Formats: sequence, structure tokens, C-alpha cells
Amino acid sequence: MRHGTGRETAVIVIAGVVLALVMPLLIDTHVLTLIIAHGLLALSLGLIWGFGGVLCFGQAAFFGLGAYTFAIAGINLGESTVPVILAVLVPAAFALALGAMMFYGRLGDVYLAVITLVVTLILYRWINSTAGPDYVIGSARLGGYNGIPGFPILNVPGRPDLMIWGETLYHVAAATLLIVFVLVTWLLRSSFGRIAVGIRENEERVSLLGFDIRARKTILFAIGAAIAGLAGALYATWAEVVTPSLFSLQQSAEIIIWCIVGGLGTRFGPILGASVLAYLKFSLGQQNLVDNMFVLGLVLVLFVLFLPRGLAPELARGWQRIAGVQRKPARRRRAPKAEAHDG
Amino acid sequence: MAETVLETDRLTMRFGGVVAVDTVSLTVRARELRCLIGPNGAGKSTCFKCLCGLLTPTDGRVFLRGQDTTGWEPHQIAALGVGIKMQVSSVMDGLSVHENIWMAARRHCDTDAARRKADEVIERLRLGAIARTALGRLAHGERQKVELGLVMAADPWLVLLDEPAAGMTAEEVERMGEIIREMTQSAAVVIVEHDMQFIRSLASTVTVFHRGRVLMEDHVDRVMADPVVRDVYLGKQA
Repeated sequence: MRHGTGRETAVIVIAGVVLALVMPLLIDTHVLTLIIAHGLLALSLGLIWGFGGVLCFGQAAFFGLGAYTFAIAGINLGESTVPVILAVLVPAAFALALGAMMFYGRLGDVYLAVITLVVTLILYRWINSTAGPDYVIGSARLGGYNGIPGFPILNVPGRPDLMIWGETLYHVAAATLLIVFVLVTWLLRSSFGRIAVGIRENEERVSLLGFDIRARKTILFAIGAAIAGLAGALYATWAEVVTPSLFSLQQSAEIIIWCIVGGLGTRFGPILGASVLAYLKFSLGQQNLVDNMFVLGLVLVLFVLFLPRGLAPELARGWQRIAGVQRKPARRRRAPKAEAHDG
Repeated sequence: MAETVLETDRLTMRFGGVVAVDTVSLTVRARELRCLIGPNGAGKSTCFKCLCGLLTPTDGRVFLRGQDTTGWEPHQIAALGVGIKMQVSSVMDGLSVHENIWMAARRHCDTDAARRKADEVIERLRLGAIARTALGRLAHGERQKVELGLVMAADPWLVLLDEPAAGMTAEEVERMGEIIREMTQSAAVVIVEHDMQFIRSLASTVTVFHRGRVLMEDHVDRVMADPVVRDVYLGKQA
């Protein structure tokens, strides 16, 4: 088992490095960095929803918290290393408190979705209303609907004068995504991850086996929030401005759509979904013929109807067919049919 | 005399005006096999849920190996070393048989030991052919068997089973009986059951519930012969 994990890690790292080197030939690195930030955000929801069964409608809240924490701490500290750490810790702590309240309160899935949604709305409304000079944290003004511009962007740790941007930022972002991806892989291979999947499958059974599902779900929720916060920091240093729209419902909905389109219950799927859709959105943003949200909605409907399992599983199947490595052909052929009936 | 592993002291559960379980005092000793029977609504399932923490009794106390566990969460009770199987088969459908049983064993030992334990349980239950199959693809009888495997893998000293033979074929019931007797080598087993045939084959001590109270407690043969029991329970079936 451990041997297998090592090999899988090696494959992921090699594939990731190749992808990171090839992609700039096709797409501008500036756009790619944004796509990576979104991919990281998608991975965070893909982890807690796809593997933990926790549908969070407010993943954008953690993303926004991470971005704002990065900006505010940056202004106060004048460098970016501690702000990055805080951008991970603050959303994680927030999620720990929120998660404990929800999971120890034994809320059902629907209420969980509603609460996370409402928390996002509250943050959105609140941050929008912080326009006056009264709203300051340290020396950082929250800026209301204008957001916070002009905070220090990412720098080399310990060297505030050496900024990381452009091409270098792309490489840092790609490495970050790769590292987080490997960590998520390890987490899912660990007992904690395997039991989390058990909780997704049957919460009551796992608790009757003697596991404290409330604590486990809360921790997983916080891990997801930490990754989303990191994505927020990455986004902030890329955009060089943070605005309340990070907390918007549209942002939250998009993350969910990325996961569905990319393939829930896979690690790569949500990243793929985010990449394709974020690039699509970026491209569509440069024309006025069709509305962005219309296309996104259309894509979602088409996927739910025709590819309910998402892109990644279908691609994996296609790849297996090409490579001719059909280990269990009978099982593989039956699976999609059963799935199609559900859809 | 063997050690007492399960004891209830005047256990009472009320739902509004209905008293589902009324001052029930039970004692189960180590490696004992005990069946709880009674007509529908007699309170045996409610009593069962109070034992495994799914319900918090209105009154009275539950002791497991002398420890007061009244009002504990199910996972705390399970963590003591109590194996629980509910009436409706409850397994992790998307995961393989091996992964299911591994998870049950993982609670009390590390990853590798849990893997060995899962292999061993699969061997004992003769599930080898389907070890890598997802539970969702299995037939009802196989799922029930896997659920017993989940219980066994945790090396419990007390096993609580709610209608383990429900919906099984005669052959499967017979195999189930063997497994249960095997379990009593190391654990006390408490079974809530309807199937009189099955209970007779287990030949254990039986506690008869009637309207929330314990009507009588004796060996199955004497219980079956008792006119009062026949009247409240068996008589209706004939």
C-alpha cells in the first residue's frame, strides 16, 4: 500500500511538472495563474464534498477570507510570508468554529448548505458596508465595495524587496497546486481520508463502528477551508486587489459547477472543471455576444443530463480504452449505464 | 458466575404519553446469548436503541461492564468494544467489502493490523470471492453477512443485533446462526428477533417483552411452553 502511494506521488509530480511546463505554450501565464488559483479553490470543495460528502455552499467565504486576510495582514506587516500563513489559518479557524457548530448540532445536509450559504451572504453584505474610514484593521482600511487595493504582493520569504509576479508567480502557483494535490492524495490514502469516505457513504454506520464523525467532519471542513484560503491568497496576489465580489453567491455557485462538470469524487476532476470553465469565462469575457452566466448554466445543464459523472471519469475511461488496459471490462461497461438511469 | 457485561436498571423510555419501555431491568453476562422477543410495539427495539445510544432513555440507567453509559453517543458506546447491527442493513455502499471491514477493524488497531484483520474476517465469513466488490452490488443476504463482518472485525465483547435474520433465506439463516454461536466464544450477544424458528435454533435464554415490560425470562423451550407467552405473542401467530 505504501509502496503504491510512493509511485502514485511520483506519477503525479512528473505529470504536474510536464503540464506546468507545457501549458504556457498554449495559454498566457497570466491567465494560467488565475486558473490555478481557481483550480486550488475547486480542489478544496472537491475534497470536502466529493470525498467527505459535505456540500458547502459557502466555499467562496473561505476563499474571500483568505484573500482579505492576505491583503490586510500584508498592509500591516509590509511583507507577505506571514500573511500567506494567516490566509490559511484564519479561514481554517473560522471553518473549525462554524463546522463544530453545524456538525455537533447534528444539522442535516440541507441545513448545512443553507447555513454556509447564509454565512457567505452575511460576509458579502458586511464587507460591502465597510466603506467608511471607521472600518480599519490595524492600518488597513476595509474599503467596502471598493475593496482593498495596493497591498504588498507575494515576495520571497524574508526579502520584502524581492516581489514574485508574472512568470515567477505562475511557477510558484503551479508548485503550490502540485504540493497541495500531493498532500490531498496522501490525506485520502490515510486512515483519516478513508474513514472520511466511509462517512460520506454512511454516517450512521461509521459512528456505530465507534468513530466520532462530528469531530472528523469538522476537521475535514477546516482542511477544505485552509486550502480555499490559500487559493484566496494566491488570487489576491495575482489580482493585486481584493473586492467583496470574492464572497458573492455567483462565486460560490461557480465552485460547485466546477466540481460537477469536472467530476465529483475525483481529485483531478474539480481542477479540470475549474480550468475549463474559468478559461471559458475568461474568453467569453472578451466579447459581448453571449452572456457569461448563460453559457455556464448551459454547460452545467448539459453535463448533468449527459455526463453526470463529470469530465474526469469519462476522460479516464476514454484513456483506458485507448491504452487497452481494461482490467475489469465487465464491471466498467456496466457502471456508466447504471449511472445514466440515475441522471 | 461470569462477569456482568450489560445491565439496565429500571430503564424507561417515554414518547409523549406512550411508555415504550417501562422499568426494564436486564442483566446479561459475558459470552451469554440472549434473545429479546415480543409482539410488535412491545418495546424491544426501543430498548435496543437505548442500549446502543441511539435513544437517550427518559429514566433509568444502562451499565456496560459496570460503566454507566446512559446518554452516551453511539460512537462512544461502540468505542468501548460493543458491536452494533441495526435492523435495516446499513453498510458503506460505495466501498468494497474489504474496505468496509477494514474500517471496522481500524477503530482498535493500526492500518496494517486492520488490513490483516479484514482478511481474516473475510476468510471466516467466506466472502473471499467478493472481497473487492462494492457493497452496493451485493444481494441482501451478502450485505447482512458483511455487516456481521463489521461487527466481528472490531473484536467486541458485547454484540447487539437487531433482527439479523430478517429477509434471509433458510440457508442463510442457518449460516447466520453458526456465525452468532461462533461470536459467543468471545462476546455476549443480544439479539432482537421476530423469527421464532431462528430463536428456537439458537436455543438461548429469552426475554419476552410485552407492552414495554419484561413479561418473562427463561430458556426458549420453557418460554414457548408458557401459556401466558403463547397468549400474548405466539397465540396471535397461529
